[in-house]
Amino acid sequence: MSIRVENIIKRYGAFTALNDVSLTVPTGQLTALLGPSGSGKTTLLRIISGLDHADSGVILFQDEDVTRRAARERDIGFVFQHYALFRHMTVFENIAFGLRVRSTPKPEVRDRVSELLKLVRLEGLGGRYPSELSGGQRQRVALARALAVKPKLLLLDEPFGALDAKVRQELRTWLRKLHEEMHVTTLFVTHDQEEAFEVADQVVVMRQGNVEQIGSPQEVFDHPATPFVLDFLGNVNVFHGRVQSGRAEVGPFTMDIAAYAHADSRTATAYVRPHELEIDRVASPLSLPGRVVQVNPAGAVQKVRVTSDEFGIELSVDLMRDRAMVLALRVGDQVHVRPRTARVFTPDQDYVI
Amino acid sequence: MHPNASRLKRTAVRLNAEEPLWLKAILIVSAVLITTWIIIVPVVYVFVQAMSEGWEALRANLLDDEDTLHAIWLTFTVAPIAVMVNTLCGIAAAWCLTKFQFPGRTLLITMLDLPFAVSPVVAGLCFVLIFGLQGYLGEFLRDHGMKIIFAWPGLVLATTFVTIPFVARELIPLMQALGSDEELAAVSLGASPWQMFWRVTLPNIKWALLFGMIQCNARAIGEFGAVYVVSGHIAGESDTMPLRVEKLYQEYNNPGAFAVAAVLTLIALATLVLKLILEYWSQRSVNAATTEGATP
Repeated sequence: MSIRVENIIKRYGAFTALNDVSLTVPTGQLTALLGPSGSGKTTLLRIISGLDHADSGVILFQDEDVTRRAARERDIGFVFQHYALFRHMTVFENIAFGLRVRSTPKPEVRDRVSELLKLVRLEGLGGRYPSELSGGQRQRVALARALAVKPKLLLLDEPFGALDAKVRQELRTWLRKLHEEMHVTTLFVTHDQEEAFEVADQVVVMRQGNVEQIGSPQEVFDHPATPFVLDFLGNVNVFHGRVQSGRAEVGPFTMDIAAYAHADSRTATAYVRPHELEIDRVASPLSLPGRVVQVNPAGAVQKVRVTSDEFGIELSVDLMRDRAMVLALRVGDQVHVRPRTARVFTPDQDYVI
Repeated sequence: MHPNASRLKRTAVRLNAEEPLWLKAILIVSAVLITTWIIIVPVVYVFVQAMSEGWEALRANLLDDEDTLHAIWLTFTVAPIAVMVNTLCGIAAAWCLTKFQFPGRTLLITMLDLPFAVSPVVAGLCFVLIFGLQGYLGEFLRDHGMKIIFAWPGLVLATTFVTIPFVARELIPLMQALGSDEELAAVSLGASPWQMFWRVTLPNIKWALLFGMIQCNARAIGEFGAVYVVSGHIAGESDTMPLRVEKLYQEYNNPGAFAVAAVLTLIALATLVLKLILEYWSQRSVNAATTEGATP
């Protein structure tokens, strides 16, 4: 079932949580709502679920207007950040809840629950109480409970937010696998860009109640639509400067920018990701001299920080392992840094060099 | 509330261990003396007085006096009605005060405590002013053949007013701590409002609710001041047990007064025992619930 959200506006007093938001979630896909706290992603999820209501706008499930429909009639499964398991019920009864309120025959309930317990790998724990489970187990019970009624739409609110890093990683991979088996249209909220990129087919980046960009993880990462998206997706080197007559002078770098041919000068900001910077021992036309202040061999990429005293800036550079081996950088080395590509944003347009 | 209580107990024990022996001894002895003189002696005295003329006299004082029998019957009618009304109102009040935010919310919570703050006699007088013959609604009620003051509806009203805070005060902090996540989960799973209440909310608050009801009941049975004003003391008609005790005592019928008083005291003791049992049972289920959050 696809979801269409059209022109949703939600205000809490003077605060605008959602400012005219529209988006489409395609059938059977896993979509991430990604954004910092306060961006309105959870509010949007709750409005789609029917647990909250918009001031104006329309929610369509497969061309059917459900804007005025109550949550319990929307055929959804909702997974809460803090699980919200029924504390006085066993795991079995928690999962069976949705079936029980629909007066499902007992044998059917039993079969469906044991099927789900198997799916979330909690066989044999049906008789436990939520308080006797670990965080990861509780989240899996919450997921099984939401899936028990075979919802047409699965909504997850920061599903792994309260778990530690290792369990989070495991559940992420598991959720992706589960989704491939079941193909329920799924929408999940996260503030963790890594999580969104790893799990989702489609990413919706939100900021201050607006959608900044919608696209596949690849698209969003390679072609960030706005400086905010670029900045949010990971640490990035930012240079401020001006563009004029096909030339950009941003920070220490001068670049050709054919797309901007106007004679009048405009302010511009250039963004260069750490892996888009290159380090050399010798100078080249575009390069900037600097001094290595930190070398951090973290995993497959070596993270290097270079400072340029002349411009008073510090750059983050990611080096691939083999390149790092060749350079064999040490703190204090004099090097030359040059951008392979850069994105230049002017107040009303953006260019990739 | 209960885990807090046990934590307090632990702190008390630790502090105690740090005090010098003589101070401990003085504190314990004075505590024992005070409770003995203020609580135990009077309670025992009630039974001693009631029994002073033997079992047969006690039985006669209670069961052969028609007015006393009626007072017992009236109390056991009025109190349950007040408890039921306050249970329903208490749940409703706690629900709307904890699940919703609205202007005047804090004021309403404070207002709930008013019956504890105001003298019951004043409350009774208010009801007389409103419903009495000279009151605002007096003529209307008389013309429609309804009698509130000097009749059982007045007793119910006065008793209910005085016992309003018990259930709500027990529920509000608990429901505030529980939040509404579980209710939202139930709704998202397709539960109707009734199913949500019976299957999720009520099981979560049942111990606190029972606690509140028991306390409310004990207070309702013992209520004197407000009821004194609205009842009109018509023996065999609008006298409740506490009023009957007072009347018998004024008539120098000490054995009769103490017989009814003994019944009231027995009810109080039974309430205590019931509370202890509830505390034991709820502690077991609270223990299960509070381990949540302790495990990661």
